[in-house]
Amino acid sequence: MPLLSLIVFTPLLGAIVLMLMRADQHAALRRGAFLFSLVPFGFSILLLARFTPTEAVFQFTEKAAWIPSFAINYALGVDGISLFLVLLTTFLMPIVVLSGWGDIHKRVKEYMVFLLLMETGMLGALVATDLFLFYVFWEVMLIPMYFLIGIWGGQRHIYAAIKLVLYTMAGSLLMLVAIVYLAVAHQQQFGQYSFDLQRLLEFTLPVTTQRWLFAAFALAFAIKVPMFPLHTWLPDAHTEAPTGGSVILAGVLLKMGTYGFLRFAIPLFPQAAFEAMPLIATLAIIGIVYGALVCMVQPDLKRLVAYSSVSHLGFVMLGLAALNTQGVQGSLYQMLNHGLSTGGLFLAVGVIYERRHTRLIKEFGGLWAQLPVYAAIFMVVMLSSVGLPGLNGFVGEFLILIGAFKAYPTGTAIASSGVILGAVYLLWMYQRVMFGPLDNPENQKLKDLSTREILVFVPLIIMFFVMGIYPKPFLSRMEPSVQATLARLEKKLAETGSSNQVAQR
Amino acid sequence: MHEAITHTAVAVSYLWLIPALPALGVLVNLSLGALLGKGAVGFIAPGTVAGGFGVALYCLVQILQLPPGSALEQTLWPWISAGNLQVDIAFRVDALSAVMICVVTGVGFLIHIYSVGYMHDDPSYARYFIYLNLFTCAMLILVLADNLPLLFVGWEGVGLCSYLLIGFWFDKEANASAGKKAFVVNRVGDAGFLLGTFLLFWSLGVGTHSLSFQDIAAHAKSIPLDTVTLITLLLFVGATGKSAQLPLYVWLPDAMAGPTPVSALIHAATMVTAGVYMIARLNFLFVLAPATLTVVATIGALTALFAASIGLMQNDIKKVLAYSTVSQLGYMFLGVGVGAFSAGVFHLMTHAFFKGLLFLGSGSVIHGMHGEQDMRRMGGLRTYMPTTYRTFLIGTLAIAGVPGLAGFFSKDLILAHAFSSSPVLWLVGLCAAGMTAFYMFRLVFMTFWGECRADEHTKHHIHESPATMTVPLVLLAVLSIVGGYVGLPEMWAWGNRFDAFLAPVFAAAQGGEHHMEMGLEYALMAASVGVAVGGIALAYVLYVARPELPGQIADQAAGAYDLISNKYYVDELYDAVLVQPALKLSNLLWRVVDVGIVDGIVNGSARVVGASSSFWRRWQTGNVEHYAVSMLFGAVLILVFFAWHSS
Repeated sequence: MPLLSLIVFTPLLGAIVLMLMRADQHAALRRGAFLFSLVPFGFSILLLARFTPTEAVFQFTEKAAWIPSFAINYALGVDGISLFLVLLTTFLMPIVVLSGWGDIHKRVKEYMVFLLLMETGMLGALVATDLFLFYVFWEVMLIPMYFLIGIWGGQRHIYAAIKLVLYTMAGSLLMLVAIVYLAVAHQQQFGQYSFDLQRLLEFTLPVTTQRWLFAAFALAFAIKVPMFPLHTWLPDAHTEAPTGGSVILAGVLLKMGTYGFLRFAIPLFPQAAFEAMPLIATLAIIGIVYGALVCMVQPDLKRLVAYSSVSHLGFVMLGLAALNTQGVQGSLYQMLNHGLSTGGLFLAVGVIYERRHTRLIKEFGGLWAQLPVYAAIFMVVMLSSVGLPGLNGFVGEFLILIGAFKAYPTGTAIASSGVILGAVYLLWMYQRVMFGPLDNPENQKLKDLSTREILVFVPLIIMFFVMGIYPKPFLSRMEPSVQATLARLEKKLAETGSSNQVAQR
Repeated sequence: MHEAITHTAVAVSYLWLIPALPALGVLVNLSLGALLGKGAVGFIAPGTVAGGFGVALYCLVQILQLPPGSALEQTLWPWISAGNLQVDIAFRVDALSAVMICVVTGVGFLIHIYSVGYMHDDPSYARYFIYLNLFTCAMLILVLADNLPLLFVGWEGVGLCSYLLIGFWFDKEANASAGKKAFVVNRVGDAGFLLGTFLLFWSLGVGTHSLSFQDIAAHAKSIPLDTVTLITLLLFVGATGKSAQLPLYVWLPDAMAGPTPVSALIHAATMVTAGVYMIARLNFLFVLAPATLTVVATIGALTALFAASIGLMQNDIKKVLAYSTVSQLGYMFLGVGVGAFSAGVFHLMTHAFFKGLLFLGSGSVIHGMHGEQDMRRMGGLRTYMPTTYRTFLIGTLAIAGVPGLAGFFSKDLILAHAFSSSPVLWLVGLCAAGMTAFYMFRLVFMTFWGECRADEHTKHHIHESPATMTVPLVLLAVLSIVGGYVGLPEMWAWGNRFDAFLAPVFAAAQGGEHHMEMGLEYALMAASVGVAVGGIALAYVLYVARPELPGQIADQAAGAYDLISNKYYVDELYDAVLVQPALKLSNLLWRVVDVGIVDGIVNGSARVVGASSSFWRRWQTGNVEHYAVSMLFGAVLILVFFAWHSS
C-alpha cells in the first residue's frame, strides 16, 4: 500500500469532491471537509504504528520516474525527522476545519477546498525525497495561503497577502536556482542529473560552491521560519489571516523553514552550514529577545501571538544551530510544540474575535467572570506556550537550551531571558483579557464555548499533557534519524578537517 | 563521605500516591465540582491531602526503621532523553524528603481544613480548592523529585499555583498584577536555575547522566572549583527568586493579595522554603563551593535584617507577617550558608508551624473584622477572639525566640553556627532577632490589646471564628511549642535528635564538625534571650505604656521613617530602572526597527521596482493568477534550458 501517497493525496481528492458539490450546501461542505481531513489523519496513525522506531533511514519509500530526461522522480519517504511533522499536519487539519465551521460564512466551499489543497502541499513537501518534487510542493503550499488571506482576511488582507507572496517568492526562486545548480553539478561530475536527496547527500561540493548554495537555501528557509530580520511578513499575514489560516501558518507552514534547514540546507552543504551556524545562532538569539520584547507592547492580540512565534522559532533555530543531539532533538520537538501551542493560541484568540470582531486587547478585560470554561482552556494553552514544566513546551525548551548551552554558553544565557520575557508578555496579555473588572457592556453579553468549540481544544490539551509528561515515544523515534544526520555531518566535516570543532559540541 | 548518600535504597511502589492523591482531588473537583456542591468539595480536597499525609507518615516510619542513610525509591517512567541525557520521572524519600513531605501534607491538611471555614462564603469555592490541591501536588513533586529537572517541575508548578492564588480575586486589577509579578520575578530566578542545571550537566563528565541527585553526588568532586562555584551561584539565583531573598524578594509582600490561608500555606510554610530545601538537597555540591556558601550566608543575613527593618513600620497585619517571612527565610539561608544544613531545615520546619499559625491567626482576625487588615483600626481583640488571641500569642512567642518554644531552639542553633563561622553574621542575625521580637509584639499589642479602634458597625459584628478555623490554630500552636523539642542543644540530655536523623543526608557537609564550648553556647543563648526580651519590652513601652511616643519619634526622624515605611523605594527603583526602559525599548524596536526600517526597506523596494518600470508594474498586480502563471512560465523556461543543455 503506498501509504505516503495516500496521506498526501487524500486531501486533494477531498478538494476535488468538494469542488463538485453545490456552493450553498454549507453544512454538507463543512462535514465533507471534516471527514476528508480525518482520512489522512487516520492513515498517518497507521504510518506511526508501522514506523520502525530504531531505523534512521527513509521508510515507506515510493519511487517512480516523473521527468526521466532530467532524472526527476516522484520519490517519497519518511524518517524520524519528518514523521511527527506529518502527524502534526494531519492532526491539526481536522481541528482547523472544525474551527472554520463557526467563523467562515462566506464562500465556505472555496475555503474548505483551499485548506485541503494546502494540506496536500504541506504533506508533500514533508515527505518528498526528490528536490524538484519538494520544490513543487513547496510552491503549492503558498498559493492556497495567499487566497486564504486575500479572500477571508481582515482589513489589510491584500497588503498582507502580497507581502507574504513577495517575501516567500524572493527566497524560493533563489532556492530553485540552487537546486538546479546542484543537479547540473551532479551531471557534470557523474554524467547524469540527479534531484535525489539520498544521492546528493553523498556528493561533496567545493566549499565555495557550498557557501553560495547554502546561502540560497538558507534564505528561502529563513524567510519561512521566519528569522530576524526577515520576519516582518509574519505579523501582517497572521493578523489578517482568518483563524484557520493563522493556525496552519503557525502550526505547519513556519516549520517548513526549520524543517528545510534540518533536512536540506545543513546536510547538503555541511561545511558551509557549519561555518554559518554561529551567524544563525546569533540571529536566532536576537530573534528570541527581539520577538519577545516587541511582543510585550502589541495592542493587537493576533499580532502579539505572531511576534511570539518569532521568539519561539528563534529557540527552534538555536537548537538546530547547536548541532548536537540535545539541541537538534529539542528543536524538532519544539517544532511540534510550537505547532500545537501557537495553533491553540490562535484558536483561542479566534474565539473572542468571532464574538466581538475586534482583536484589540484594551477592548477586553474580566472575561473570566463571563466565560470561565474559555478562560480555563486559554490558560492551559497559554501556559503550554510559556513552557511550563509538565506541559509540552518545557521538554523542547529544556533540550534546546541544554544543547545550545554546550555550543554557545553566553548566547544561551542571553536566550534564557526569552524564558522570562515569554512569561511576561503572555501573562500580561492574559491578565488584560481575562482578569480585572468586566466593565465593557459588550463583553457582558458574550457566550461561553459551545460543545464544538470545546472539542476543537480538547485534542490539543491532551497532547500538551502527553508530550509534557511522556515525551519518550516521540523522542525515541526521532533520535536515530537525528543522530544519523549529525553523524553524516561529522563525517563530512572530518574529510575537510573541521571535525574537532564538531566533537567539541 | 559519600557512602552515606549512596546507602541502601529500597524500591517501593507507593511513593507516587503522595502527589497523586491531591492531583486526584484536582481532577474530581475540576470535573464534578459544580455538580457535587460545596460540602463534597470541602470534603474531597482536605481528604486527599489527609491521604497524602498518611502515606507520608508511613514513609517516615519506614525511614526511621531502616538503617541510617536509607532511602525509598520509585522510578515511574523515562522522561526527557536525548543523547547522553536520560532523565526519569522518579521519586525518592530520604530523611530530608520525609521531613518535607510530612510538613507539606501535615500543615497543608490543617490549612485545607481551615480554608473550609475561611472560604465558606466565597462563590469560587471549588476553584479555590482546585488550586490549593494543585499546589499541594506540585509542592510534593518538588520535595519527592529524585533529579533536578523533575524538582524544577514542582518548582515552577508551585510558582504557577502561587500566581493563580495570589490573583484569586482577579476582578481587582491589583491582585492580578501581584500574581503576575510573583510569577515573573520567580522566572528571573528560574532562568538562573536552568542555566545552573545546564552548566552542571555538561560538567559531570563523559557518559550518560540522569541529573539524579546520586548521579550529581557521584561526579560532583570532579568538577573544577570555578565551575562548581558558578553552578551553585546560578542555582542560588533560583533560590533567591523562589524564597524571596535580596534582591528578588519584592514579589512576596505583594503576594499577600491572595486569600490568607494561601499566604499561610504557600507564602510562609511551604513554597517559599523551596530554595532552602534545594540547597539542603544539593548540600554535597554547595560544600564544594565555599565562596558560594559565603554568598548564601551573607545574602541570608542581610535579608533577615533588611526585611525585619521594613517589618518595623508596616501597618497592614499581613504585610508585617510577609516581611517577617522574608526575614525568617533569611535565617534559613544563613543557616545553610554557614554549613548548618540541618539547622536550616529545622528552622524551616518550626517556621512552618509558627508562621503558618500566625498567618492563620491573622486570617481569623481579618475574618472576624470583615476584611479589615489595617492594625490602626483594630485593638482590644483579645476579649472578642480569645482562642485566636491565645494561639497567636504562642506563635508570637515562638517567632520572637522566647525560650521553651520551637522558634527559640531553631533560631538559636542557626545563630550559634553563624557565630562559629563569622561573628559579624551572628551580630546581623542577632539584630534582626531583636527587631523580630519588637515588630511581632507591636503587632500583638496593636491588634489584641488596648481599646478597639474599629467603627461601631464593625465592632458590633466582631466574632470568634468557627471551629474549622480555631482547631487548626490550636493544633499549630501545640506544634509551635513541642516542635522544638526534637532539636534541643547538643549539650542537653535528649540532644538534637533532628540533627541525628538528617545527618546521613548531610554527611558530605559535616567534615568540620565543630564543638563549641558550653560556656560560650550559654552566653550566645543569653544574648538571644536578651535581645528578644529587649524587643518585647520596647514594643510594650511604645505601644502600650507610652503610645504617644511612636508619633514623636516618626516626626523627629522623618527622613529615615519615610525611607523605611516606603520599603526603601525598591519597587519604585525596579520600575524606573528595569520595567519602564524595557517597555520603551520594546516600543522603539517595534515602531522604529520593525515597522520603520525593515518594512520600510521591503515596501520601499517594492515601490521602487513598481515605479521604475511600467513593465514590472504589470507583474505586481496583486493578482495571484499572474504569479502562478509566471511561476509556471519560469519552470517551463528551466525545463527548456535542461532539454537544450542535455541534448
